Amino acid sequence: MATVASRAPDLLIRGRKVVGGTTEGEALVTRQTISGWGGVNPMKGEIIETRHELRGQSFAGKILVFPGAKGSSGWSAMFHTTRLTGQAPIGLLYNITTTKAALGAVVMRVPTLTDFDSDPLDQIEAGDWVRIDADQGIVSVWKGGRPQ
Amino acid sequence: MRLSDDEKAMRDGAQGPAVAKAMDLLIRYGEALGAEDFVYTDNIAGVPGSSPKWVKEYYAADGGDYRAVFSRFDLDSDEVVDVPRINGFSCHLQGGMDPELWREQGMTEEAFANFQADEREVAGHGIQVLKTCTPYLAGNVPVMGEHCAWMESSAVVFCNSVIGGRTNCEGRESTSAAMLAKRIPNWGFHTDDFRKGQHLIEVEAAVDSIFEWGLLGYFTGSAVEDAIPVLDGAISDAALIKHKHFGAAAASSGGVEMYHMAGITPEAPTVEAAFGGANRGQRFTYGANERRETYERLNSVGESRDVDYVMLGCPHYSADQLAEAARMLEGRKVHENSDLWIFTSRAVKATAEASGSADIIRNAGAKLMTDTCSAISQAVPPGTRVAAFDSAKQTHYLPAIMGIEGWFGTTQECIDAACTSRWNGRLS
Repeated sequence: MATVASRAPDLLIRGRKVVGGTTEGEALVTRQTISGWGGVNPMKGEIIETRHELRGQSFAGKILVFPGAKGSSGWSAMFHTTRLTGQAPIGLLYNITTTKAALGAVVMRVPTLTDFDSDPLDQIEAGDWVRIDADQGIVSVWKGGRPQ
Repeated sequence: MRLSDDEKAMRDGAQGPAVAKAMDLLIRYGEALGAEDFVYTDNIAGVPGSSPKWVKEYYAADGGDYRAVFSRFDLDSDEVVDVPRINGFSCHLQGGMDPELWREQGMTEEAFANFQADEREVAGHGIQVLKTCTPYLAGNVPVMGEHCAWMESSAVVFCNSVIGGRTNCEGRESTSAAMLAKRIPNWGFHTDDFRKGQHLIEVEAAVDSIFEWGLLGYFTGSAVEDAIPVLDGAISDAALIKHKHFGAAAASSGGVEMYHMAGITPEAPTVEAAFGGANRGQRFTYGANERRETYERLNSVGESRDVDYVMLGCPHYSADQLAEAARMLEGRKVHENSDLWIFTSRAVKATAEASGSADIIRNAGAKLMTDTCSAISQAVPPGTRVAAFDSAKQTHYLPAIMGIEGWFGTTQECIDAACTSRWNGRLS
């Protein structure tokens, strides 16, 4: 899964480690907070909230870039379930620390960062290629997709 | 994190492997939050170890039982450990089906047997079987300042805002671990500063009935998202059930876990006290336009007015709400083309049985159910296409979960819809 990108990233963002580890993949980005229980289908790894801009889209195998978690306290258990079904995201970048997002990241066991020096939502777009080194607190971004 | 000697000993196994795994998870969680230490808690509400059959089957290699699920899922442990009897005052929140009317909810014999087995384990571990989203109506009422570890967003917002208890919106894994370790990260709502208001909502439209409190709650969550609002203005006739509806709505449309109402809630004697100084956040107005827009947004998932299902009891109805529903149903019958299910806790149902409301509700052809709700159990009457609710929270969730249409209105409009199978709700 982890590949070594051959050219330098277009930008770097620094943040605080939530869950350690490294990963890289395609970004899925939303400026809307995400509901866990009642907002995602854990069997498909899909956003189902009625008025959500990502409704119908899957976060499975992607790096989810979002402002934070909202809604039911079932957030962690719902995202934990995506780990069981193999539909979990492979990394998280969020701005707002809540118990829901923090616990969800812990039990999904995916590299996660928050408290950034600049807002990922202003710089990362859907489809960009993102590498998270959570232990070093560094996000590397390649615009427009996987670097050749 | 900074650990006390007792906490280090628990982490290192002094109280057995399950408590050690619980501490390990709580430390990982506390570090993820950026917490510096733990608080002691002896009031924990969660859904410990309960799981549908497929989750047990997922852990088949680990034994596929309650012990396996509690270890691997609840404690996020890589190995299976024996789960001892719980010491902390712990209760089980809502579950997956009614213990008697599960067939009507479309559950299989196998699912019911699984439900019963889980419940025996929960009780056997010394956890109180409240089976409700409203523990504060069923025997668990915290006191002001008490450190709690609660799940259930509508109960969390009630605990913080109305009672002055202190809890974050915990999850399944953190509450199950806290039941064993009696610790929870000292972060967020456990600290004084975090509880101060962030944004002001000036209420201009009159908010008095439970319906109006619910609309204002839904608006509030949409406006402030997960911040702490301070509401001031034309709010009157405060009552437990109105706070229950307001908080549930605000927690579902946004992520509100605490709110202040000036002169109404205990940590807001004044607007200034609620903010802990001057308001440095945003200012929102709730007037006639915002009220109408909120109503229309909630009703945007309704098209057909032929209602085949009416669901009441989100959050679980209180004794006075059941009595009111009984008064509205007395002498009427639920229409043959629709169903009316009303949800509450076992404790409140016992009161409704003793008081006569349960009989009136059943005699009208409605079903009085406990433990769960349509959203939690994903159970609606067969063939449901269009539902109606008096709960903004359920309107927010159920149509999305079940792919049905939904209407939001007053309790009276919902009961009328159940008895006529037509939706005639309108904003007065």
